[in-house]
Amino acid sequence: MARYDRAITVFSPDGHLFQVEYALEAVRKGNAAVGVRGTDTIVLGVEKKSTVKLQDSRSVRKIVSLDDHIALACAGLKADARVLINRARIECQSHRLTVEDPVTVEYITRYIAGLQQKYTQSGGVRPFGLSTLIVGFDPYTGVPSLYQTDPSGTFSAWKANATGRNSNSMREFLEKNYKETSGQETIKLAIRALLEVVESGGKNIEVAVMTKEGLRQLEEAEIDAIVAEIEAEKAAAEAAKKAPASKQT
Amino acid sequence: MECVFGMVGKRFALVVADTSAVNSILVHKSNEDKIMVLDSHKLMGASGEAGDRAQFTEYVQKNVALYHFRNGIPLTTKAAANFMRGELATALRKNPYMVNIVLAGYEKETGPSLYFIDYIATLHKVEKAAFGYGSYFSLAMMDRHYHPDMTVEEAIKLAEQCIEEIRSRLVVAPQNFVIKIVDKDGAREHSWRRTTKD
Repeated sequence: MARYDRAITVFSPDGHLFQVEYALEAVRKGNAAVGVRGTDTIVLGVEKKSTVKLQDSRSVRKIVSLDDHIALACAGLKADARVLINRARIECQSHRLTVEDPVTVEYITRYIAGLQQKYTQSGGVRPFGLSTLIVGFDPYTGVPSLYQTDPSGTFSAWKANATGRNSNSMREFLEKNYKETSGQETIKLAIRALLEVVESGGKNIEVAVMTKEGLRQLEEAEIDAIVAEIEAEKAAAEAAKKAPASKQT
Repeated sequence: MECVFGMVGKRFALVVADTSAVNSILVHKSNEDKIMVLDSHKLMGASGEAGDRAQFTEYVQKNVALYHFRNGIPLTTKAAANFMRGELATALRKNPYMVNIVLAGYEKETGPSLYFIDYIATLHKVEKAAFGYGSYFSLAMMDRHYHPDMTVEEAIKLAEQCIEEIRSRLVVAPQNFVIKIVDKDGAREHSWRRTTKD
């Protein structure tokens, strides 16, 4: 087994590319990230580790704009993310320059995934250790989209997805609770999914909302307010569950 | 015969350009917008070879946008002007861009500014600038009537006087002109001065 994970270009006898799988492990260790697609809103949420007191949190933006209508969040090696994001931003402008049109979400996802794949088929390089969640509204059609890419270079569109730490629990929650939403409901669904695995509180989550007007990062106070709403709803649901039971006694 | 000129007023800057697209004796169209909105607070009036004009101005616009996405803040007008000059200078001794540019911008910190950038990569920060045959008339008019800290009304009146002078004195004067303004509220089209409706 050990002989097949040194060089990326080598398949193992049972058909694995170990470097790619190890890259996926790196993603699983990264911070939790969730994306939810609504009819007129797409929400990205990322876990923020609040243990660093002296750090200026404004310098660590985990949800970034690739273009006016496209945003990206990722889980995994943040330094690798910088490289991919930079290349994607250049491609967004280059596309606008050559065809006088903004990119579609699918185009830029395909580009990023293509880049990630290239690094699984070259000598002397390692794959990018991150999975991305890419959201945006297509120009002209205004169709909202959420895509995910991973270190192997595969990509697909999702109604809602999660990546990074505890992504399985978040995805399970989303599968159980997903329905077509819009506006504030979409934001709440995304935050509820994130709260399944993250410590509650505005300073532990970073949330950004993409609408046709553009990307808006939510303020800590706003997030706290929504979290409070969600907790109140949860408490009300708990009380409602207990109340009919007590009537029987 | 292309006329582009600009001036700085009190907390705003103005750029005026003719709107004719000409090929030898044929006028392709008389509503060609030659003043590109570079970003929210910058205007770039360009004259010269039509192909080079489109190529260079679009290239600059996309690079200015890229800087904004990469760094989270927009380029200053001065930085954009120097970037343009650098690109023109690099191309000059190989494959020059035959484009002359009047760059106007507004920053909250430094107020309005105007830059004269010609095709051989000359860069000057100025109060008033003009390119083309029309510059003989508009520059003279501005030299006579311009004063610092003009209001928008005064500046528009001066621009109109320049346009009138160009119309009456230039042998093949352009038919229509567009005026664009940039101030704290951003860069936008102000008005047109037409003799033909295209």
